[in-house]
Amino acid sequence: MELKISVKKRLPSFELDVAFSCSPDKLLVIIGPSGAGKTTIIRMLAGLDKPDEGTITFNGETWVDTKKGIFVPPQKRQLGYVFQDYPLFPHLNVQKNVAFAAQDETCVERLMKQFDIWHLRNRNVAMISGGERQRCAICQNLARKPRVLLLDEPFSALDAVTRKTLRTEIKQLKGELCIPIIHVTHDISEATQLGDELLSVVQGRIVPRWLFQFRLKDLSFRRRAGIEDIWGQNDTYNDNLEVSSL
Amino acid sequence: MDWQPLFLSLKLAAVSTFLLIILAAPLAYALSLARFVGKAFLEALINLPMALPPTVLGFYLLVIMGPKGFLGRFWETITGSPLVFTFQGIVIALLIYCLPFAIQPMKAAFEKIDRSMLESAYVLGLSPLATFLRVIIPNSISGLAAAAILVFIHSIGAFGVLLMVGGSIPGETKVVSIAIYEAVESLAYREAGRMCLVLIPISYSFLLLLNLITRRSRAWS
Repeated sequence: MELKISVKKRLPSFELDVAFSCSPDKLLVIIGPSGAGKTTIIRMLAGLDKPDEGTITFNGETWVDTKKGIFVPPQKRQLGYVFQDYPLFPHLNVQKNVAFAAQDETCVERLMKQFDIWHLRNRNVAMISGGERQRCAICQNLARKPRVLLLDEPFSALDAVTRKTLRTEIKQLKGELCIPIIHVTHDISEATQLGDELLSVVQGRIVPRWLFQFRLKDLSFRRRAGIEDIWGQNDTYNDNLEVSSL
Repeated sequence: MDWQPLFLSLKLAAVSTFLLIILAAPLAYALSLARFVGKAFLEALINLPMALPPTVLGFYLLVIMGPKGFLGRFWETITGSPLVFTFQGIVIALLIYCLPFAIQPMKAAFEKIDRSMLESAYVLGLSPLATFLRVIIPNSISGLAAAAILVFIHSIGAFGVLLMVGGSIPGETKVVSIAIYEAVESLAYREAGRMCLVLIPISYSFLLLLNLITRRSRAWS
């Protein structure tokens, strides 16, 4: 059930060139500054963008092989993709949104109860909060029984408290699902809290030392500024610390 | 008052609206999504009936649909009967005449739909056709309704195109606008006045409906 990707794609200001893999019980966090190509990577995994060259395989199944001209459309990859702006279907209520692509209707109620949105089942999706919409989007994708779960900055538009609650829920979810989960973020505290593996992407390249360099820079800034907290010790502070603030 | 022309107009408007909404929806969707060379030319061509004098459009349709025209010959080969001066003929003429009134509101409604909602549907396993039917159409109801009302109103009021292609055959092509014209020509003002008076509340109520739908759609967005 391993997901492997090795792709290149020409973007307007740089060439994206990455290769990595993610195993079923792991939550891989792709982190990097805004505009680094993180979303493009996840869109290529979902089949919404095509790489210029490279391969994507899942569990021995080829999704993309540019040399052989193979491209499996998103409909056939059976994956979950929670978008940054959680595009729910406005003509359906919360329950119908969750059940939209459910393979088994019985799991809809269970998932909605698990994510604490069952009481909102008859509500219009325009009438619920951002956190509730995001929970609904996660349930909608899980109801499809995905083989891979992709999360593209799912908490970026939420307040710090909701973000923290959802992080805990995702952490719990990771233990229950035995599928590769890829989470894109530019929030370092989110990455360090959630990820089993971290992948730093800068200007379309994997830069393993980038996070370390960033942390050193931040530490030296804090020392100069007289801030005592160091990484991971103060969640409230870290909740607001994002790479884009560099 | 002879009610037959009015019923014929309503029947013609209903048939044309039904057919045009079905035929124009995929075309409007393709125009809202696709980027291709010459798109501006195609859109201008689709909108041409709106800018042309109806008699000019009617003249060319008469030529194309006549016994020597390609559409007329094709129709005759299949059905064994001519196309011009028939109910089917004026339906086809109206489909072309009203095409821009159907395309414009539908295209505007389709363009408003968030692209990420379509991508979400694809990832959730829906084919492009299923996405169109299960996501696009339900979220464009106001645009579809506006298109249907505009087409219906224009079909009721069409005159020049229908006169050129259909003439004035009672029960077949003599619609209310042509009946009014003929009544005035024969100085039957009372008869013409009655028919005109019946048309006003019909057109007014459809415009009112269009107004309500547009307001509701604005409130939603």
